[in-house]
Amino acid sequence: MAKITFITSDNETIVAEASSGSVMELAKDNNVTGIDGDCGGVCSCATCHVHVAAGDFDKVGAPGEIEADMLELEDNYNEHSRLCCQIDISDAIDGVTLHVVN
Amino acid sequence: MKKSALPDPFAQAREAKGYGTIEDQNDPVTMLLRLKDVRKTAKDTKTFQSGAAPGRIVVPSEVSIRDTRQIPFEVDPPMHGEYRALLEDWFKRPEQPDYRESLEEIITELVDEALQTDSLEVMEQFALKLQSRALTLLLNIPYEESDTWIGWGMHVFRSEESALDGDKAAILYDYIDAQIDKAIEHPGDDLYSVLLDSEIEGRKLTKEEVKGVMILTFAGGRDTVINAVTNSIAYFAEHPESLCRLDNEPEITAHAVEELVRYFSPLTHMGRVVTEDTQVCEHAAKADTRVSLCWASANRDASTFENPNEIVIDRKMNPHVGFGFGIHKCLGATHARQVLRVLLGVLAQKVKSIDILEQKDNIEDWGEFQRKVGYDSIQVKFHGKD
Repeated sequence: MAKITFITSDNETIVAEASSGSVMELAKDNNVTGIDGDCGGVCSCATCHVHVAAGDFDKVGAPGEIEADMLELEDNYNEHSRLCCQIDISDAIDGVTLHVVN
Repeated sequence: MKKSALPDPFAQAREAKGYGTIEDQNDPVTMLLRLKDVRKTAKDTKTFQSGAAPGRIVVPSEVSIRDTRQIPFEVDPPMHGEYRALLEDWFKRPEQPDYRESLEEIITELVDEALQTDSLEVMEQFALKLQSRALTLLLNIPYEESDTWIGWGMHVFRSEESALDGDKAAILYDYIDAQIDKAIEHPGDDLYSVLLDSEIEGRKLTKEEVKGVMILTFAGGRDTVINAVTNSIAYFAEHPESLCRLDNEPEITAHAVEELVRYFSPLTHMGRVVTEDTQVCEHAAKADTRVSLCWASANRDASTFENPNEIVIDRKMNPHVGFGFGIHKCLGATHARQVLRVLLGVLAQKVKSIDILEQKDNIEDWGEFQRKVGYDSIQVKFHGKD
């Protein structure tokens, strides 16, 4: 089971838990504002952009090449950007904090 | 090659030089063919403008047949964002459960009818009806109104003889004018009324602005949705194993929809007007010329997509641009995705197999490129599970 903290652009904090699926799905299940996940999780819509808290980035890891190509054109892209449909939930990311970009 | 295949005519030019050039009514267009160039250009709204003369960014150009600006698609920032913000929530409604249930009723009725007949022409008798009936949900108006749009036939925006038929387009424009006047007299909870009651920059939208949004809503989602629905049925006719898999693994449906949209790319391309001398894929682009973002080519770019010419029904990584890219990405995408997701669900549940009896391909002619985008007609027979 992994506990994930989402902080929305309105500074609302939502804590959610799951043991499988993607972080985007978890965010949608918990109605996290700013995570739309329009494409269902295939890395085509970039509506699930998050900034991983600096201290948690190593736990989550860097984007792959295709995801990075999508991200670098996004507004508010920075070195901690990820599309959370591409982050799988596992014990390895337990406790991370994600700032919702949109 | 399979009858349902949509070959990629852009491969050689995409790899060799990255662009193609087409003539269009003395206003030539440089088509950008590579995924990265298409994405980068779509994001650069300052250099590559949408708010040009109404109709100019469409290819073929509609400058000679219309003056009404389509909104928000022919508007640049910052006004674009103002209009888009007015519309986003309304166009997200297809995610709601009751909307989905209504769509399921519409599609189930059509599939049940299809199962009863020995020969079905999918474009006219299935996809046009589906698109028209589903549109009543998006506009939030009575279902019966769809009979009028079905009655217009396949080509209200263009005729058999011409891709640019002003008289035909006038049918739609006159209809929308009349509907707007009706909504002014009797406001309701339909899209016309909602728009008439909306404010932008502290004032109410004008009738011309409402018309611009409504034309786009009708035009943008007509042949695109009809082609996506028809192409999906043709694909499943030749790939019953995919239908079977969707029945056993409904959780892959969203992935399947994205992959079908990538492969079919129902809108081949969309133009932009260059605002200053610049370069696109190392090719000079002069101010006041046109480029187009070729979604269909970008979606087959082998530098990003493995096996780009195959439908991989559960493709996991699929950064396609079938709904466009950047701020102008398709406003109706949520509706279109829901239509296709429900269609796949109903087909998987009820249909065992489909036979293609006869077909006539619809080939678009873009100068050096001939692209199959769907069908002029396709006759099929559905077989049910029982």
